Amino acid sequence: MSNHSPLGSVGATQTAIGEELADVTKKHKRTAALRQWWNDRSRLQQWLMLLVVVALAYLLPVINPPLITTEPANDFAISCFNMALYALVALGLNVVVGQAGLLDLGYIGFFAVGAYVAALWTSSDSTFVHIPYLATLPLAMIVTVVFGIALGLPTLRLRGDYLAIVTLGFGEIIRLLATIIPGLKGNTGFQNLGRPPGTNADGEALFTASNGLPWYWLVVTIIIIVAVLLGNLERSRVGRAWIAIREDEDAAEIMGVPTFNFKLAAFGTGAAIGGLAGALMGGQVGFVNNQKFDVPTSILFLAAVVLGGRGNKVGVILGGAIVAYIPLRFTELAAYKYLIFGIVLVLLMIFRPQGLFPAKAHLLTYGSRIRRWVKKEQAPAQPEGGPPPGSAPPAPGGSTAQSTRRARKET
Amino acid sequence: MPEAQAPEQEFAINEEAAVAPEREIAVSEGEPLVEVTDLTVTFGGLTALDHVSFDIRRGEILGLIGPNGAGKTTCFNAMTGVYRASSGDVRLEGQTLLGKKKHQITRAGLARTFQNIRLFGEMSALENVAVGLDARHRTGMIGAMLRLPRHYREEKQIIERGMELLDFVGIADRALHPARDLPYGYQRRLEIARALATDPKLLCLDEPAAGFNPAEKEELMALIRTVRDEGYTVLLIEHDMKLVMGVTDRIVVLEFGKKIADDVPSAIQQDPAVIAAYLGEEADDVDA
Ligand SMILES: Nc1ncnc2c1ncn2[C@@H]1O[C@H](COP(=O)(O)OP(=O)(O)O)[C@@H](O)[C@H]1O
Ligand SMILES: [Mg+2]
Repeated sequence: MSNHSPLGSVGATQTAIGEELADVTKKHKRTAALRQWWNDRSRLQQWLMLLVVVALAYLLPVINPPLITTEPANDFAISCFNMALYALVALGLNVVVGQAGLLDLGYIGFFAVGAYVAALWTSSDSTFVHIPYLATLPLAMIVTVVFGIALGLPTLRLRGDYLAIVTLGFGEIIRLLATIIPGLKGNTGFQNLGRPPGTNADGEALFTASNGLPWYWLVVTIIIIVAVLLGNLERSRVGRAWIAIREDEDAAEIMGVPTFNFKLAAFGTGAAIGGLAGALMGGQVGFVNNQKFDVPTSILFLAAVVLGGRGNKVGVILGGAIVAYIPLRFTELAAYKYLIFGIVLVLLMIFRPQGLFPAKAHLLTYGSRIRRWVKKEQAPAQPEGGPPPGSAPPAPGGSTAQSTRRARKET
Repeated sequence: MPEAQAPEQEFAINEEAAVAPEREIAVSEGEPLVEVTDLTVTFGGLTALDHVSFDIRRGEILGLIGPNGAGKTTCFNAMTGVYRASSGDVRLEGQTLLGKKKHQITRAGLARTFQNIRLFGEMSALENVAVGLDARHRTGMIGAMLRLPRHYREEKQIIERGMELLDFVGIADRALHPARDLPYGYQRRLEIARALATDPKLLCLDEPAAGFNPAEKEELMALIRTVRDEGYTVLLIEHDMKLVMGVTDRIVVLEFGKKIADDVPSAIQQDPAVIAAYLGEEADDVDA
């Protein structure tokens, strides 16, 4: 019983079909080559390169590169903060839309809840108990998770379009509640939100509305932490369940994935990150009212995810940054931003539906090791008397692992 | 290259373990593992499955055959919780499966493939199998985010057992290819590997050889026999009667939602009702 796989000739026809398929995917060759190159680097090289990128990201507002800068129209450090904020939002929304495949048009609602949490617990206009601003960040996450689950429980049994409509409604409801509920002060809003502690050498507060730099650094740091945690989720049972749900929800359920629970988990995770971003926005601006949480902004968040390449963390971070950057840099275009992003998205859907920076998600913790292992298994086949390199197509049905296994058994 | 020296034996395929089932089954060899009793499924006015009863004994390959539209897939769907049965019962090791959620039924031990392939297209072959393996895993949000020990244990199992299963069905050479880029035959076999990954007590295959040429079909049937030899119980849907004769231990024949025969292959071959049912079918095949 050494030959477990009695499937000889199937492979032959399949190799041919496989090559045809390879042709179809040629379009993605260039990104694939880049990815291949990246995967071939050693872990150390990857980390070093990441370190350089991260350092550059931190230094961006300090370098304030000409041409790229948004000045004189907009302070560059504050612009950078806004870009980072959108990147964080996109990262959160990506869990819901990109990974679990749930079309959420009301994500702004969670952002709003987060901002109001920061306002209610720190603003001088609020009658609530006051807590330190930094404590509102986890609090905002907890509160938005509650909102996320409250929205998800009744609605996540809906599919596709229905879910989109319901979440759109949720976003609007939050905005209207902010207008209607007297305690939320509608248009008047909350002033003087708290901010993180810390002073300069000359005794002035470090975190102010006019000094974007520390805020930017805070958000970049948070993005890194969130991205690492989300990466952990991605390469685990959770991430696989999310992608499986996105790919085929019924098949996922039948393969043993408790889809409802995992959709709820995606919703909650996304909500928490949205709330966190909202609280950060409130803190930096120092003012929260009901004017910033409209549907178009929610669509803009979605545009960031789609633009970046749904499902890809790095892609959506860049997508978020771009969506925030364009209107800040080209102020003359700011009034037309929805038009521009609308056109860009339409073009993107036609020519590059996978987004600007697509990448296949890696869903296994030991993925890089198995890649290396498979490569090694396939390489040394030649010295053992196999065909010379690059001669014939792989032997019919000849699974490499299988043949090595057979070889090992015989010895 | 700090990580290149990672002990590779850690992930070497374990040749001894093969892919035998990993969990205990309450009934012994030859005893009824699954009992389908008076199972009835209706769609509006159409009775797709009409009081069908049969047993599946542990360790056998049971063929479920019948002409197109006979209700074979419907029977699968009712057993695996996709369709709600209007009456009757499905029991696994004596426990009823009706009323359970689909993912619970899978974890209880009933795994299936789909007649029309339904893989997770963007995921690699190995990741598809990983989803099946995850059916028996328990890592949740916290465990995954903080990478608790159980997470590592389960991930390691995925690499080892996942590769073993891919190897077993003969597609390990494309373990890292996205499922949607795999050749058709590979996709069909990946479906089987993914179902086996859930460590089923009963493996249900819905026309696994559909779209294959005769030689490929024979090879797949041989694989199914190997699956049985590893210790799995198999329910095999196939509408090509000749094909199942050689592999199955017993055969249940459906026609228009009713069971018309239930016997060993040699007896089925002689059964006048079965021959009659398949006469029209043969004519259809000639037309097609
Ligand atoms: N979801 C459904 N809704 C309505 N009718 C269905 C559905 N699924 C199957 N049927 C009908 O039930 C009958 C049996 O179908 P099926 O179980 O797919 O047959 P088989 O798999 O034996 O070819 C057919 O007449 C089919 O049209
Ligand atoms: Mg069918």
